[in-house]
Amino acid sequence: MAEPIPAPVEAAPPVEIAPEPVPIPSGVEGTPLVPSEVEGTPLVPSEVEGPAPSPGAEVRPEAQPYWNSYKAGIALGLVLLAAFVFTGRGLGASGAVTRMAAYSIQKVEASLHGGTAAEGDTIAKKNTYTGQYLKGPADPLDDFLVYMFVGVVVGGFISGVLARRASFEVSHGPHSNVSRRLMFAALGGVVSAYGARLARGCTSGQALTGGATLALGSWVFMLAVFAGGYAIAYFVRKEWI
Amino acid sequence: MEPLAPISKIAEWGPNGLIVAAGLLGVGFGFVLERAGFGNAKTLAGQWYGYNFAVLRVMFTAIVVAMVGLFGLHYLGVVDLSLVYVNETFIWPQLVGGLIFGMGFAIGQYCPGTAVVACATGKIDAMVFMGGFFLGLILFFFSYDGLEKFYLSGDMGRVLVPDWLGIPAGVVVFLVVAIALGAFALTHVLDRRFAAKQLHRSPRAESRGEVAS
Repeated sequence: MAEPIPAPVEAAPPVEIAPEPVPIPSGVEGTPLVPSEVEGTPLVPSEVEGPAPSPGAEVRPEAQPYWNSYKAGIALGLVLLAAFVFTGRGLGASGAVTRMAAYSIQKVEASLHGGTAAEGDTIAKKNTYTGQYLKGPADPLDDFLVYMFVGVVVGGFISGVLARRASFEVSHGPHSNVSRRLMFAALGGVVSAYGARLARGCTSGQALTGGATLALGSWVFMLAVFAGGYAIAYFVRKEWI
Repeated sequence: MEPLAPISKIAEWGPNGLIVAAGLLGVGFGFVLERAGFGNAKTLAGQWYGYNFAVLRVMFTAIVVAMVGLFGLHYLGVVDLSLVYVNETFIWPQLVGGLIFGMGFAIGQYCPGTAVVACATGKIDAMVFMGGFFLGLILFFFSYDGLEKFYLSGDMGRVLVPDWLGIPAGVVVFLVVAIALGAFALTHVLDRRFAAKQLHRSPRAESRGEVAS
């Protein structure tokens, strides 16, 4: 498997010794102290500002609420702009995983045939697609996107730990269950990998980066992603609503 | 004035400078994705079922900020746009790949970047998604020979939307900003409708006599 074993091994024990939410003094009009605790019912429906109450926040009572979507969007846009200005490139995720997959196939196959000596003539090297990463003298993992991938793991972990959102769990809808969720997650992974490779990128490398540079194909990709998502969402709605 | 950016190219950084930059940008990227709520499939699923439009809001805000910044700096002469990487257009595989990717997104409720962040914060469904992603890549690798003709079809090279429409880039930037603002307004209207529906369903709300219009 290429994905690094996620770091939060120590951070994850579900320490539930946090004090119970302070009982609301009876005088206060039933307004919960922690806004994220409201079970799906927005507090003030007429003034919905920022993200709708995030359903993810209910998982751990002490977890901090997520950022307002516009604040997060501005921050993400500045990271992307910094990438353009400093490196002349954008952000990406699937490219790194693709390289790791090609590298893993190569390594597994070579080790089955007696170690590094067998690396010269593997299926992965002969494969037209993975060959492009493996044929040359360059290390397939010595790549901009692979270093960025490592950074994404670190950044996500830091944010999750600081906001007390790091914990081993499975997110699923109220009428679904863990095994169904994992089955759909695996299937979604297979399908989206195929689509991402066909389109030469995913949400970050195509939609976000290509979208901001006004690349024609990236805008076609982005609109197609929303079309494909809405087309299938109805059929899998029982998993989430 | 001579362009100053992309800095790595103008200043001719060596590989180590780029490695450090890629790592730091990744940290920022991962941090923000997690802060946005994208490390949890429930946030992402909200986009398709109308209970949380964070995906659209975050993505379009980010595109608008980076686009206005990039083209603004280009007009000011700070950034040499011809040195900035622009995804090449292969129109047919991008269209079909996007449709397939979107379906995978709505089935699995992650995309690669968000899944990595979710894995980093312990989400087991994201780890399974990444396992599936790995398998999907292998399927792609070994079916590539049959797909190659399609994969290379619709090759238009480096082409921007303004080139294709034959109008100035500034006009397209303005239009994208306008469309994004319209889309944000629409999501707030939908939020209100969704909230009204939820109130209607909630017995507690009914007992309080709050009936949504």
